[in-house]
Amino acid sequence: MNSLTRTENQALARAVLELDVNNHAGVMSHVVGLFSRRAYNVEAILVMPVGNGQTSRIWLLVNEDERLEQMVKQVEKLEDVLAVRRHGAEHEVFIRLEEFFR
Amino acid sequence: MSREAPESLSGAQIVVRLLERQGIRTLAGIPGGAILPIYDALSASKLIHHVLARHEQGGGFMAQGMARATGRPAVCMASSGPGATNLLTAIADAKLDSIPLVAITGQVPRAMIGTDAFQEVDTYGLSIPITKHNFLVGSAEELLQVIPRAFQIAASGRPGPVLVDIPKDVQNQVVEVAEWPAPGGADPLPPPAADLISRAAEMINGAVRPILYLGGGVVHSGAAAAAVALAEKASLPTVMTLMALGAMPVDHQLSLGMLGMHGARCTNLALDECDLLIAVGARFDDRATGKVAGFCPQAQIVHIDIDPSELDKIKTAHVGIAGDVGAVLQRLLPAVDGARREAWLARVATLKAEHPLRTPGIDDPRTPYGLIRAVADCLDDEATITTDVGQHQMWVAQAYPLRRPRQWLTSGGLGTMGFGMPAAIGAALAEPQRTVVCFSGDGSILMNIQELVTAAEEGVNVKIVLMNNSSLGLVFQQQTLFYGERIYASKFKGMPDFVRVAEGFGVPAIDLDGVSDPRAALAAALSARGPMLIHAGIEMREQVLPMVPPGAANKDMIGG
Ligand SMILES: Cc1ncc(C[n+]2csc(CCOP(=O)(O)OP(=O)(O)O)c2C)c(N)n1
Ligand SMILES: [Mg+2]
Repeated sequence: MNSLTRTENQALARAVLELDVNNHAGVMSHVVGLFSRRAYNVEAILVMPVGNGQTSRIWLLVNEDERLEQMVKQVEKLEDVLAVRRHGAEHEVFIRLEEFFR
Repeated sequence: MSREAPESLSGAQIVVRLLERQGIRTLAGIPGGAILPIYDALSASKLIHHVLARHEQGGGFMAQGMARATGRPAVCMASSGPGATNLLTAIADAKLDSIPLVAITGQVPRAMIGTDAFQEVDTYGLSIPITKHNFLVGSAEELLQVIPRAFQIAASGRPGPVLVDIPKDVQNQVVEVAEWPAPGGADPLPPPAADLISRAAEMINGAVRPILYLGGGVVHSGAAAAAVALAEKASLPTVMTLMALGAMPVDHQLSLGMLGMHGARCTNLALDECDLLIAVGARFDDRATGKVAGFCPQAQIVHIDIDPSELDKIKTAHVGIAGDVGAVLQRLLPAVDGARREAWLARVATLKAEHPLRTPGIDDPRTPYGLIRAVADCLDDEATITTDVGQHQMWVAQAYPLRRPRQWLTSGGLGTMGFGMPAAIGAALAEPQRTVVCFSGDGSILMNIQELVTAAEEGVNVKIVLMNNSSLGLVFQQQTLFYGERIYASKFKGMPDFVRVAEGFGVPAIDLDGVSDPRAALAAALSARGPMLIHAGIEMREQVLPMVPPGAANKDMIGG
């Protein structure tokens, strides 16, 4: 997984996942644990509280592979995950962020 | 919420009161510094009987035994640090077999969390991947939501273990309680999609060689009778996973018994020929399917499961129905046609006649199968059977005439040696009217041998049948078959005198090897009340057959 070259990596199809979650300690661990135990790399993460801070939104950029469908179902099962939406790589959230990584 | 006069209560007292209100009457655990406030509050409870385990893993498996026998969430407790880490195996085991468990652990006071305080471990972090959900409680007030919620999560949908980690200062914090929350129970589920039920029914009605494949979910859902009714109406030959044994009586006309790695040849061959597989509360575990590409290669698949993430996980279903399997089966039953399926049933009967499960020695109580049969002959279907893990477990799964859901308690998904005896104690505590028999091995029994004294102390009606082959038999068998007979680290050189060990713990014991009439000795031992260890020597080279070699397709099984 981690031995992919940069070019190989860029050639992979990407997906953006948008999660509505409860905002308290531990929720991130529950989410990313599902990926790490499957050696499924998360390429990018963005989290911000929403509204009054009761909930947060997590954005994940991941490689599109045959396990993604199962990953999404597993994420949906987490008690603190309220909703999961799946977008294509063209979603702007990480593209706009790139400015901060130059 | 129910209103009563406001009371000032500590977090610990709130926990105990909430457990009482949940209907918990027995729980198992071991105290320690970080959970002492809860134990102090427990000492004042007139309703809860605390069973003192001798190792937290034993306590966890006792709670599992209660939960597996009754289907209701059961509770175990441990202190922080080593108490919590000792509990982890029992929690992981509950996760893989979908057993409702609420584990309560003490934690160091909040102000000391993260300082490497004495007996501090990150119990929350450690338990994330092995629980359905977990909590680190931040205040005594919060307990009023968290405890009922823990029971609700454990029991709802696909059941599973929930861990509640409670810092010591939260246990000591005193708050006013004016209202009590309702006890947590299983959430009602939305009814299954009607169009999918009709499509499944059409597929069943149109199938020529269908097989019904029952998993542990059928037992959890209380759907065994509905599954048998469906099989009978539509004439469906039926296979069961290790977890589902008992859902359909093994001697039912339509039963093909257990499938998979140690299933009968006829069972796996019938699956190889089927044109429709109706999977109910089963998850296509690798021990059941063998090489997935070779599992039911000609079959269309109807998959019914309460957990949507199980659908299409291993095998893509032609119709996948997410829902409580009991509710789905109830709706499916009127939608399927009564069918006789004479040709297919005749074909299955031929397979059964040509390739039955071979049980050499079944009439000789000094062989594995014969011993298991002799034990069964002394008991009726009211007895509960637990096992440890190894050859003995598979022999019992193959040969014990299981006929009742929840009659059979075994560690399926995690396959944990050390499960059997404490689980039997838990089952006997939950249902004291039953005889509980634990089939164990000379390797497994030592993994929780300390609970013999708990069995003696509680006077539980647990009979341990110790099948002693002086080896880690299943390992020995694999080395014999697949590692060029290079037997390494699987033959015991030292062997405890198990009869004296048991007696030393206060449990009476007999040695079947030393008696002239083992059947009579068994009958006497199994009819006495209270704990008992029954030791029986087994020839080391005995194998569990047939066996699907690791990585092979089920139809390529060896032996048997
Ligand atoms: C805790 C644990 N450690 C190791 C194993 C691997 N293992 C599976 S079966 C087995 C041998 C069990 O020996 P015994 O209890 O004597 O049963 P037998 O196979 O001899 O009947 C071992 C070591 C396991 N399942 N569980
Ligand atoms: Mg052994």
